[in-house]
Amino acid sequence: MSKTALQFRHNGRDVAIFVDGGTNLLVALRELIGDMTPKFGCGQGGCGACSVLIDGELHLACLTLAETVAGRSIETLDGIKQGPNLHPLQRAFADNFAAQCGYCTPGMLMAAKALLDRNPQPSRAEVIEAISGNICRCTGYEPIINAVLAAASSRARA
Amino acid sequence: MLELRKDIFADERDDNLKEIGKGTQRQDMLGHVTGTSTYFDDHKLQGMLHLKVVRSVHSHARLRRIETTEAEQSQGVRRIIRGADVPRNLNTLLSLINFGKDDEPSLAVDKVRYKGEPIVAVVADSPREASEAMAKVRIEYEPLPTVFDVEDALKPGAPVVNETYPKNTFTYYEKYDHQKLRFGDVERGLAQADHVLEQRYQMSPIEHAPTETNGSIAAPDTNGRYTVYTSTQALFFSVDTCAKILDVPSNTFHFIGGTVGGGFGGKVDTITEPLCILAAMLTGRPVRYVLGREEEMQYGPPRGAERIYITDGVMRDGRIVARKVRAYFDSGAYTRLSSYAAVKCAAHLPGPYTIPNVYGDVYCVFTNRTPATAMRGFGVTAMDFAIECQMDKLAHIVGMDPMEFRILNAYRDGDMKAHRREAKNTALIECVQVAAEKAKWPLRDEFKRASSRQGGGGARAVVPAATREAHAPTVAAAQQRTVYDRAPATAPSREPPPPPPPRPQAPSHGAARFSSVFGTRRR
Repeated sequence: MSKTALQFRHNGRDVAIFVDGGTNLLVALRELIGDMTPKFGCGQGGCGACSVLIDGELHLACLTLAETVAGRSIETLDGIKQGPNLHPLQRAFADNFAAQCGYCTPGMLMAAKALLDRNPQPSRAEVIEAISGNICRCTGYEPIINAVLAAASSRARA
Repeated sequence: MLELRKDIFADERDDNLKEIGKGTQRQDMLGHVTGTSTYFDDHKLQGMLHLKVVRSVHSHARLRRIETTEAEQSQGVRRIIRGADVPRNLNTLLSLINFGKDDEPSLAVDKVRYKGEPIVAVVADSPREASEAMAKVRIEYEPLPTVFDVEDALKPGAPVVNETYPKNTFTYYEKYDHQKLRFGDVERGLAQADHVLEQRYQMSPIEHAPTETNGSIAAPDTNGRYTVYTSTQALFFSVDTCAKILDVPSNTFHFIGGTVGGGFGGKVDTITEPLCILAAMLTGRPVRYVLGREEEMQYGPPRGAERIYITDGVMRDGRIVARKVRAYFDSGAYTRLSSYAAVKCAAHLPGPYTIPNVYGDVYCVFTNRTPATAMRGFGVTAMDFAIECQMDKLAHIVGMDPMEFRILNAYRDGDMKAHRREAKNTALIECVQVAAEKAKWPLRDEFKRASSRQGGGGARAVVPAATREAHAPTVAAAQQRTVYDRAPATAPSREPPPPPPPRPQAPSHGAARFSSVFGTRRR
């Protein structure tokens, strides 16, 4: 099978890979780049576990053809730490007990980051709306919503 | 008395256990929020192959012929595995504790008993090549009559689902086709009751739908052992199950697990590991076997359905004097853990109530449905659902407040439970009182004053003589009988259900907002 050369930015670093036709971004990130933070949950766009940012916009990696991200900038949970320090959202998730099994957490955090990046002071309803495409089967939505709100207010104080 | 050897590791332990009342961080939280918690599928191994399973398209069929020649020659295929390749191709999970007979193959050989049962495993260089080869496996089926209803399965002449259990019921103690609970004389209790209430309850199977699907990766190690990364919730159980099926000592395996992406009971069946390890043994390569979302939802084991009939006798003053239960646990095509679930049904059917006459029959039934498994209190939850619905209805019939009705019938310290165990440390009364207080639900003083520690024992501690012979006691002259018959009036037809009504304009939330084209969210 012929392979296509593909170059993009991954968490601020230029990367180049060869992909088969039809390869989705989730497979490209996990198997070819080695970034295991986006998770496979359904492969159908139903669960949000593979959520990543493409040029700052929230996307589902499992439904994104890898070839469509050529030249674009991909951000995953692996890239949101600020040096050795946790991102305020990561800190808020930890402090608010917003993870149980942890499998939806990378996607949740990316959805939350996409929200706070464009709306630093969201209402509770806006937080709910922002994570409505991310399924948490341990059903810890309340602590997750609280964590996002806590991160927003801590950022406002800072 | 339990002996605590506190001298051992004393220097490594902080004996300050005062943790109540303050938050304590989970040890895995940092891994979760940084995405570095390692789930089974987060391992990338050199030369890893991918396993996929060809599943039955019929719910019940004889396998006439399985043709894999074309699939074997398909591009990227390393190995086709059939039932004959599995060293011990028959197992039941609880055989590890000597409970039940081996009844389930890893790969079906002569017959399939549920839709989605594994028949052939394809091992290939990539998931895509495995899928392409799967399409080239030819299977000739001879469809057999099916049975999907627990009561139909027990009728004479019903199709035999699983030949290990020709009566379509699990056999307890090599003798009984169901679990029995007998306490007192239920027929006399029902005859003397002022009101008798008969009800039917039905609970559907429930899929756990964990965000991470079931799966495992098995890799040959250099010391003759196999390293297995798995999503299992029951690691040691899985080790021994694999050792049995693959007929090797359990120290052949090094299982690594514990980080599970949601389980809720749906990851205790050792579904993927045996074939995954076998494929690694046969190819000498690491092999990955992960269920897709469709497989997880459709063929992954659910919480088993239950059908429960309850007949209760209650006096005008609110005392329940008799309870008769007949329940069916739908095990699906194989036993797995359902035999144990039925035991739990029988254990819970009196509920936390002191009832002098209790009679229960619980059947673990085989049907051509997906085998059931564990899920959060399986066997208990459906029974409790039925009992507590029944309690509300009984309270309504006798004109009592449902909270007070529960306090009246709750067991108290010293009471004899229907299982012939004395009730100790009971606290239902106090729980109901607190619940009422929190909900600002008014209770009369006598019920506010009730205590689990008072009024129990004495006559309530007696084990009544159980009656064995059938007899028809005279029914109390003023007895009122209530049957809310929710069962379908006619035999259920097998016609397809009518099309669903047109959907209202969907509110813009949830998965519906995802574009299926570019995977972006519509705004």
